[in-house]
Amino acid sequence: MTFIINGEEQDVSATTLAALLDVLEYEGEWLATAVNGELVHREDRAAFTLSERDRVEILSPMQGG
Amino acid sequence: MLTLYDVTVQSRLLLGTARYPSPAILAEAVRRSKTEIVTVSLRRETAGGKAGGAFFEMIRALGVRVLPNTAGCHSVREAVLTAKMARDVFRTDWIKLEVIAHHDTLQPDVFGLVEAARILTADGFQVFPYTTDDLVVAEKLLEAGCCVLMPWCAPIGSAMGPVNPMALRSFRAQFPDVPLIVDAGIGRPSHAAAVMELGYDAVLLNTAVANAGDPATMAEAFALALDAGRLAYAAGPIEPRDMAVPSTPVIGKAVFA
Repeated sequence: MTFIINGEEQDVSATTLAALLDVLEYEGEWLATAVNGELVHREDRAAFTLSERDRVEILSPMQGG
Repeated sequence: MLTLYDVTVQSRLLLGTARYPSPAILAEAVRRSKTEIVTVSLRRETAGGKAGGAFFEMIRALGVRVLPNTAGCHSVREAVLTAKMARDVFRTDWIKLEVIAHHDTLQPDVFGLVEAARILTADGFQVFPYTTDDLVVAEKLLEAGCCVLMPWCAPIGSAMGPVNPMALRSFRAQFPDVPLIVDAGIGRPSHAAAVMELGYDAVLLNTAVANAGDPATMAEAFALALDAGRLAYAAGPIEPRDMAVPSTPVIGKAVFA
């Protein structure tokens, strides 16, 4: 399926958010995820089913003021 | 001691973690500042990226409390979602709430700020709002559930120091029981001391330390300045006046003429 991941269109063979992270080799307890503007808790990723052209945001900690 | 929501800390300095020459220098600056609270952010991670993880582990190793921010958010929706994502990562209800109106001044959108504060407070967040020194906005933020206020003293990163001391003084007088943190605009330790002399409870800064020639030493200088300013406030500074007043008593002065 085609998704918009962090603003970029990508084709990924995944049907759940957890699978998408796995395929793209995202890992770590420090990741935060949202789909179509709504937070998806890390414990909900495995059960979260993705749809064509979902907008996925994957964030991680960085320096801030 | 300073109590922010349900947390009591010794240090009155909140330190940003951005723009340091290296992670090692950041860590040393945190140590010498004696801060117990650092601000952090969230940004898009690249596929397979480990940058966020390395930073996350470094901050965790410092043993300080984390105050995530919503820096760069220009809408209520963005700020609220970013806050929720930050809570998911950092496991804290604290959020430094920024809703920015203008790219050039980085002035807060105070209308959006109040709205976002109301939404987040209702969702269990403990909000630290980056705001202006407007008293009415501050009242609205308190009504929205904020228990801390963070007025700027000058634009973010400007290093100008308190450009409107009268406004900061009014702010302090209007909210005597609310923890007040000056956030943004501090450039030098003397600026930090000045706002502490006005009775502010703490200072949040970043660039003034991170971009100093020697960030770690500057961090220590700020810690000393904050202590001095707080001590001076507690001691009751004298008020300035227009006319001279002799400090040496004139009574009993010899007359030689």
